[in-house]
Amino acid sequence: MREACDLVVVGAGPGGLAAACRAAEAGLDVLVLDQQPEPGGQIWRGEARKREHRLARRWLSRFAASGARFRPGARVVAAPEPGLLLVEEGTSSLAVRYGRLVLATGARERFLPFPGWTLPGVLGVSGLQVLVKDGLPIQGKRVVLAGTGPLLLAAAATIQAHGGDVLFIAEQAPAARHWGFALQLWRHPGKLLQGAALAAGLVGVPSATDAWVLAAQGERRLESVRLSVRGRETQLACDYLGAAWGLVPNLELARLLGCEVVRGAVVVNDRLETRVPRVQAVGELLGIGGVDQALVTGELAGLVAAEQPVPSALDTSWQRIRAFATALALHDAPRPELRALATPDTLVCRCEDVPLSELEGCGNLREARLYARLGMGACQGRTCGAAAETLFGWAGEDVRPPCLPARIGSLRLPPEPPPTPKRES
Amino acid sequence: MRDGASLTLRINGRVVTVPVGTSVAAALALAGDFVSRGDLGGRPRGPLCGMGVCFECRATIDGVPEVLACLTPCRDGQEVVTDA
Repeated sequence: MREACDLVVVGAGPGGLAAACRAAEAGLDVLVLDQQPEPGGQIWRGEARKREHRLARRWLSRFAASGARFRPGARVVAAPEPGLLLVEEGTSSLAVRYGRLVLATGARERFLPFPGWTLPGVLGVSGLQVLVKDGLPIQGKRVVLAGTGPLLLAAAATIQAHGGDVLFIAEQAPAARHWGFALQLWRHPGKLLQGAALAAGLVGVPSATDAWVLAAQGERRLESVRLSVRGRETQLACDYLGAAWGLVPNLELARLLGCEVVRGAVVVNDRLETRVPRVQAVGELLGIGGVDQALVTGELAGLVAAEQPVPSALDTSWQRIRAFATALALHDAPRPELRALATPDTLVCRCEDVPLSELEGCGNLREARLYARLGMGACQGRTCGAAAETLFGWAGEDVRPPCLPARIGSLRLPPEPPPTPKRES
Repeated sequence: MRDGASLTLRINGRVVTVPVGTSVAAALALAGDFVSRGDLGGRPRGPLCGMGVCFECRATIDGVPEVLACLTPCRDGQEVVTDA
């Protein structure tokens, strides 16, 4: 099947929705692609049905009224030429021709390997949170969370709200760094209120800074975790462990298109244009900055795409958000101890079962691929790539098509439809 | 569909009833062990990222292999088969 549009937006989280709304409201024909079944991205997951969150409700309603078209379950697998994306949707394929493209592919969690991290019941912090939002029965289950930053509080609040028993929250950041970050939040009143509300709801949940997971234990499923808490080891029996350390941008499509990436973020100008003509990037692709950054940059990109004037308020709030993003990055930076958790037989690549010991002697990601098959499996390095970058300092590489596992049929440009025969008069 | 409604699917032949809006990945926990696949050594694996990135939750859904369970809503009459 073929589709054409003025603007294609990849990703229907806050950044993509804001871009799509602004551009569609200005009269562009906008097509939004997202691999989830509903719009909202991860942060507003399920909101299209539940409509509990005020800001999400506002943007999702605005999106529905904007005239932008939405295709759920759509995964971009290749970009064979400028202005063309090949997309897989369930068992069918789609070719999308576009005038302009906004990348709003968001972020994923940074996973670091530790003994037992492949046991069922061990998930990401947000991974566990979204599964709970998606109906994972958590009532009465014992949960330990280990990671860093505001996501820990958000996940704990969701789990508690669904009846889960949060036994412990382990924040990896050193106490001085953690509280220094919290004290800076007065400059970002919205964040301060959010954080305070989350923390107030979690009174009674034990938590500690300078704390991280050492190992997950169990036979066929998670049974207990071993933690380091301010220098002392402790063990907790539990049903679920959420363990991940902050977020990293989803850069595959940006790299596939040839966008420049520096220090893990897409390089853009003040109009959010990447180095690739007619391609813009918004939200977490610019560096992890959360929902406010996504909305502001999304709006800005949508207005630029539609050649509309940009209100100066948007520019100003973006600068303020960048300051928050910088503080967050400093807070969430994984401490050195986390790089030493994996033992020689701990798997680093979960798809190809590559243990740490097999990576000895590899000097970069390419060698690790060639000699040890790191990143050669189904996820194509999405999980182990960021882990290897943190463990060994190996930088991400250019992405080759297809950027997701795809059927052969999805990589073929569908034939032009035959011209409609003229009706005989 | 009405809020609070439920639907029924089969996971490895076992009948599972879930609220409307549940993802197949979440439903795996109701089917027993929260396992989606076996790794190369035959050890069990379950969902990890919940958002279509890690591919750990892939399963055969309605006859289509390698479908990401975390991106797939449960539907009435759905057949899910895991390889673990």
